[in-house]
Amino acid sequence: MKPRSKSLTLNLAKALNYALLLLACLVTLTPFYWLLVAAFKKSEDFFAHTFLPKGDGFLGVAWYKLTLDNFSRIFTELDFANNILNSVFLASSTAVISTITAAMGGYALAKYEFRGRDFIMGIVLAALIIPAPLLLAPGYQLLYHLHLLDSYGGLLLPAVAPAFGVFLFRQAMLNSVPQSLLDSARIDGCGELHCFWVIVLPLVRPMVGAYLLITFLGSWNNFIQPQIILQDADKFPLSVALASLQTAYRAEYGMITAGTLVSIAPLAALFLLLQKEFISGLTSGAVKG
Amino acid sequence: MSRRRRAVAPWVPYFFIAPFLLSFALFTLYPLIQSVILTTRQSFGPGYDHYVGLANFSNILSDAKFWVALKNTLTFAIISVGIQMPLSLGLALLMNQPWLRGRSLFRLAIFSPALVGSVFVGIMSAIVFQKRTGMLNQVLHSLFNFDPDFPWLSTHLMPAMIIASLWMWTGFNMIYFLAALQNVDRELVEAASIDGAGPVQRFLHITLPTIRPVAGFVTLICMIASLQIFELPYLMLARLNSGPEDRGLTVVMYLYQTGFNIGDLGYASAIGWILAILLISLSILYRRLSRGEAV
Repeated sequence: MKPRSKSLTLNLAKALNYALLLLACLVTLTPFYWLLVAAFKKSEDFFAHTFLPKGDGFLGVAWYKLTLDNFSRIFTELDFANNILNSVFLASSTAVISTITAAMGGYALAKYEFRGRDFIMGIVLAALIIPAPLLLAPGYQLLYHLHLLDSYGGLLLPAVAPAFGVFLFRQAMLNSVPQSLLDSARIDGCGELHCFWVIVLPLVRPMVGAYLLITFLGSWNNFIQPQIILQDADKFPLSVALASLQTAYRAEYGMITAGTLVSIAPLAALFLLLQKEFISGLTSGAVKG
Repeated sequence: MSRRRRAVAPWVPYFFIAPFLLSFALFTLYPLIQSVILTTRQSFGPGYDHYVGLANFSNILSDAKFWVALKNTLTFAIISVGIQMPLSLGLALLMNQPWLRGRSLFRLAIFSPALVGSVFVGIMSAIVFQKRTGMLNQVLHSLFNFDPDFPWLSTHLMPAMIIASLWMWTGFNMIYFLAALQNVDRELVEAASIDGAGPVQRFLHITLPTIRPVAGFVTLICMIASLQIFELPYLMLARLNSGPEDRGLTVVMYLYQTGFNIGDLGYASAIGWILAILLISLSILYRRLSRGEAV
């Protein structure tokens, strides 16, 4: 009798475990479901039904009340296609520029001995703790003097080789780039840049993948910098465009939700494709570093 | 004899580190120095300013709005992080059961809000938290008969911000705790369990000490991020104001308003320095507390 009751409590505990996790999933996914449905609703149905409009269609839903109007309006009345292109351009170029230059810096600090290396490493560590908001006002003033306000240069140039990336790549390369391999490549006549490109970068491929994703995401979700730096609405990325839509079209909830859905869907797709790299990259810096 | 290392040209490492050094000098060090100079100036936009000495700091200290912003930010950060940490650790423990099926699906679902930037969460929240018409009140009303007119976006903005931040960040923290739980010695747990240690004792004496360094690190990172909250309340309030009695005003929002709406980059820099000192002291405190622990 006893082992049976023990297995019963064990099964109950397992069931409770699953139930709590399902509840957590429900809470996290409900706002996404709401957003997905809201973007397809007509304005008269937007608040009338919490989720799908009820009716006598399949599954008790009035499917005919759903519409693509919100999407066509953000692409015709507004220039959302342009905003998407701007976001894609800004996020990809930030990711590529930042990854290559951060990997270069990390490589120098991890695999070369040179005068001033420890000092530069100290700078990297010190730069990590400077909070970004502190540099907003003086950074804006600097871009003004450099005539980089209202230009993508003002967003892309400061993204070159951030200390955080240099630090992450240094840690990755310390462990996964064997010195002997570099030495023999050099004896075989491999130039330093060529070595970096064909030997070092492939060796830290997981880190490169994760960092590309993290910087892409960071730039895609960046709001305060483009909001301050860009003035011309033609240059706005999705984050800034959507925020101005929220003010200019206050009651156009359908357009706002359609715009939000369009803004976050590419991230979801990217993440589904590259989930593993992303999570291992996120935790590698903190847990193993 | 081992193979001799071919000499590397002395400029090579400097070539690789150059992008970092140039970018750091121009876009971090120079603005950092400039931010110190700016704290002594009052400016009208980026082009015109004049010297005011320490007036910015003394004005901030007697600026009631700044104190409200600081109080809101601290309240938000402490409560939000205080709930996030046990919640994300609890979820990680639920996810860490060896017999669990569908772990990657659970992880994907619970982590997913972390992908959405706080701009977009703020824009969604401005609709979801509306009274009567908002999704949250409607769901809570049908489930628990909750007051459908509960005013999240006016007088109860702080709990709304905290709820939105929990939605955004709990799954993200869970990933770190889950990674840390991989380091817990399973044999030790089994041995303790054979010796009669219950789940609570095993958690307190084996699991918790193992994950402590990561927990400390995650708490620090989370506090630092929460103290810089800006987009969430700014967009929840549809950029119109900072809420009734400035209930949604945060330190970075006030920095943004003074620097970029009013145009006083000097005052904004002084606010920035107060925030920076707060954040850096937090990091130093963390270093002190976690000395000797490898993270």
